[in-house]
Amino acid sequence: MKFGVVRFPGSCDDVDALQAAARVDDAVLLWHGDRDLQGVDAVVIPGGFSYGDYLRAGAIARFAPVMEEVTEFAHEGGLVLGICNGFQVLCEAHLLPGALLPNTSLRFIFRQVALEVVDADTPYTRACEPGQRLSIPVKHTTGRYFSPEPVRVVLRYAPGQNPNGSQDDIAGVSNDAGNVFGLMPHPEHAVDALTGSTDGLQIFDSIRAHVADRLPV
Amino acid sequence: MRARVLVRPKEGILDPQGQAVERALPALGFSGVANVHVGRLIELDVEDPSQLPEMCERLLANPLIEEYEIIEAIPAEAAS
Repeated sequence: MKFGVVRFPGSCDDVDALQAAARVDDAVLLWHGDRDLQGVDAVVIPGGFSYGDYLRAGAIARFAPVMEEVTEFAHEGGLVLGICNGFQVLCEAHLLPGALLPNTSLRFIFRQVALEVVDADTPYTRACEPGQRLSIPVKHTTGRYFSPEPVRVVLRYAPGQNPNGSQDDIAGVSNDAGNVFGLMPHPEHAVDALTGSTDGLQIFDSIRAHVADRLPV
Repeated sequence: MRARVLVRPKEGILDPQGQAVERALPALGFSGVANVHVGRLIELDVEDPSQLPEMCERLLANPLIEEYEIIEAIPAEAAS
């Protein structure tokens, strides 16, 4: 399979996401100004500060040319993963419900957190067990998830670990269909024992397994 | 037309910026301050002010978490 990682002006975790994806299969960079997904099987919207986070985090990036293709791809059932700023972009683009607000502390937070897998029946968590814990870092200022409507929760911060005041300790949500997933923690930063955890690989492994099952043999 | 759009956190949504300002004012000796909220002011010249509500809905504000108010719309010449 082939992953495509979108690079916006201001993305900063695009290379880490590319390298993490490349550990499980092929991965290419996609340019924000191109209306071309290069035939990828899954799109990753990485972390960073797309378009300087002007106005609101993700508010400008959602109008990038590549996002027209990403939106169509998502509506056709394609896999779209948004990490941190990518999560904010997907919410602003209405591909995911809800919005991300400034952390209650008003501080930039960066720490390793424990997550609980709430829903292991998604293309992003099928390599996990329900209730399993994942150790993955967070680093953000605008990560307080809020939604006025009930949402499909995929990951929660473990009890006592909520770093930003997110509603119901929500760390990651998907759309109802399950093909679009966003999370504030950074699985691409947890793929090598050298940096403390390889739990993030399970997200990328899940995607590969999902795509492999769907591909004709 | 010169227009001003005021964007503020929706009622009921926790506003830590407003709370921080509300706590800071008494520290400077100002008393009797309550319900502080911090928002954003956007000023713009627009040829067709009737488009302003849609601009607000689609970009200037996120209606899920913010409310907006078009607080002034005056001719650009008079404003300068």
